Amino acid sequence: MSKSKETALKAKGKPAALGPDLDVGRFTRDAKTWGYCPVSSLPEDIARRSLAVGVRADEGERAGTYFQIDHSTVFQKIQKKFEGKTEIMSTKDALEKYDWMEDYWWKVVSADADKYTALAELEWDRGYFIRALEGQKITLPLQACLFISKDNLDQNVHNVIIAEPNSEIQIITGCTVHPNVQRGLHVGISEFFIKEWAKLTFTMIHNWAQNFDVRPRTGALVEDNATFVTNYVCLNPVKSLQMYPVAYCKGENSRARFTSILYGAGDSYLDVGSKTVLQGTGSRAEVIARAIALDRARIYSRGLLVGEKEDTKAHLECRGLLLSDDAFIHAIPELTAKVQGTELSHEAAVGKIAEEQIQYLMARGFSELEAQSLIVRGFMDVGILGLPKALETEIKRIVDTTAAAAI
Amino acid sequence: MARRRSPSALKIRNLSVEIAGKKVLDGVDLEVLRGEIHVLFGPNGSGKTSLMMSILGFPSYRILSGEILLNGTDITNMSINERVKLGIGIAFQSSPTIRGVKLGDVLRHLAGSKIDGAKMAGAVNLDAEFLNRDLNVGFSGGELRRSEVLQVLVQRPSFAIFDEPDSGVDVENLEVVGGAINNLLKKRSGLLITHQGYILRYVEADKAHVMLNGRIVCSGIPTKILSQIMKRGYKWCEKCPKARRPH
Ligand SMILES: Nc1ncnc2c1ncn2[C@@H]1O[C@H](COP(=O)(O)OP(=O)(O)OP(=O)(O)O)[C@@H](O)[C@H]1O
Ligand SMILES: [Mg+2]
Repeated sequence: MSKSKETALKAKGKPAALGPDLDVGRFTRDAKTWGYCPVSSLPEDIARRSLAVGVRADEGERAGTYFQIDHSTVFQKIQKKFEGKTEIMSTKDALEKYDWMEDYWWKVVSADADKYTALAELEWDRGYFIRALEGQKITLPLQACLFISKDNLDQNVHNVIIAEPNSEIQIITGCTVHPNVQRGLHVGISEFFIKEWAKLTFTMIHNWAQNFDVRPRTGALVEDNATFVTNYVCLNPVKSLQMYPVAYCKGENSRARFTSILYGAGDSYLDVGSKTVLQGTGSRAEVIARAIALDRARIYSRGLLVGEKEDTKAHLECRGLLLSDDAFIHAIPELTAKVQGTELSHEAAVGKIAEEQIQYLMARGFSELEAQSLIVRGFMDVGILGLPKALETEIKRIVDTTAAAAI
Repeated sequence: MARRRSPSALKIRNLSVEIAGKKVLDGVDLEVLRGEIHVLFGPNGSGKTSLMMSILGFPSYRILSGEILLNGTDITNMSINERVKLGIGIAFQSSPTIRGVKLGDVLRHLAGSKIDGAKMAGAVNLDAEFLNRDLNVGFSGGELRRSEVLQVLVQRPSFAIFDEPDSGVDVENLEVVGGAINNLLKKRSGLLITHQGYILRYVEADKAHVMLNGRIVCSGIPTKILSQIMKRGYKWCEKCPKARRPH
């Protein structure tokens, strides 16, 4: 038995530090095998859902695509123009192809962190491998979709994303379910490696179902002068979602930036945070969180900045908008300074829409409802994600649809 | 010269208003005839902004008595946006920041159609870049003033209110803003609040009023009243024998 299997076995019953504890045994492992299918020929209902999380079936404006349904990889391809510059395939294929994959497997996330990491090791269902080759600037984003088509299934993926030295890459990933899926579990391990002078921008959009549970586990290693930009957008009700991704700014002058937009509706339980550890001289980090709670949603919005080296600096900003008296938002910003010469700061603000903002807009001729909707849409402004214009416009369309439905 | 009878644009009768349990307006009477521009003077805290907010219908300004008529229509109990639809526009003295809502979004809505935003912004000497800025976030004092004025310019209301459009605006911008306000008000009615009266170099006002402790105590020719205030301060108004005594 492999070392990581052994490690995982020990953590099989270990509850996570945060979030409701799940009985992972109550989900089914029994998924049919999906054969190869070009994304352009995906069934209409699947294509529509994946488009709503930013994954385009037409492959237009994308350098490469990975598509997984349940436990099967149905499509993986780099556009001709980008061959030899970037790679995309299942992690299963990557492990077979490259023996050095060992160096990236369970390296920034540990297999025995909790029962979910253990599950991803013991019942592993692929995931994607994306890599930008050294010195390559990939001018179009790559996309990956993790799709669940069967009710009550668990899908436990393990992704590895590598930006080789001096490369630049944009990735958009969407995770979603078929409209018929009510319950289920998605566990996603993601390990990021951003090497010297590389820049990786990663945008993840989630769109689940009201009785669905989600446990992503993410770690990133940012080396000298490298930049890791990560965006997370969660738009629809989910039963419980708990994640606390961490970036280790290990390199000198490394940079990390987390931005999240959480839209909690229905009976959603969202416990989402971002953590950065400043370990390299001159490293910088920024965490920006926006949380909107409607209906009976419960949102924990966390952030942790740890300064371990001198001449480091990080800032955390958390804003929450409460749109219902039955919902709540709990913002938990934390700062840990371990050396002098680290400068950590945070600001947090949680509350309902300010009456004076609504009245101001009414004085500009908006009705009360229009004013509210404008403010909510503004609160979810995707401009804060810092994406290239085309991608920003696509995601803005997705988010605006949700915001419009909010009021 | 006999004044031609013209219907009033704004008529306020015996208006008393309180905010947070404090009486801020106490029996205000004011009539602005169609086509007229009036100026309101008064020391800090005398109730000038409160009067504007009450005309707009801000709910925290609770009306104790009196009525407000716009072009003969009783608007006393209307919501803010209903009043705006009837033709009131305002450049606020202070405005909240609204993240993610762009100045351009508001201008487009006010115009009700496609507009050349950059050109409009130029009318108050604001860079087109401001159209994409979050509303009032990080605007300097003078930029805020100009953004407020810009919104009224785009709206083109029949009755325009400017609450201290000239305070904190530098000389060159004052000329631009003053010219723009004057242009807008040529065929409209309006109410201006100013402390130093700078804006009156560009806008010809028909009548001025002095407000003290929530009352209008004196009305007359704008230039005369301004020069008296400048010379002797509001002390003069308080002692003025012609000032209306409290009821
Ligand atoms: N929310 C509030 N709570 C309590 N008092 C208030 C509130 N808003 C205004 N006031 C008070 O009402 C009075 C009138 O204020 P207003 O803003 O109308 O004055 P103003 O004449 O416009 O003054 P300025 O020249 O300084 O702009 C002031 O004493 C002010 O402190
Ligand atoms: Mg005032």
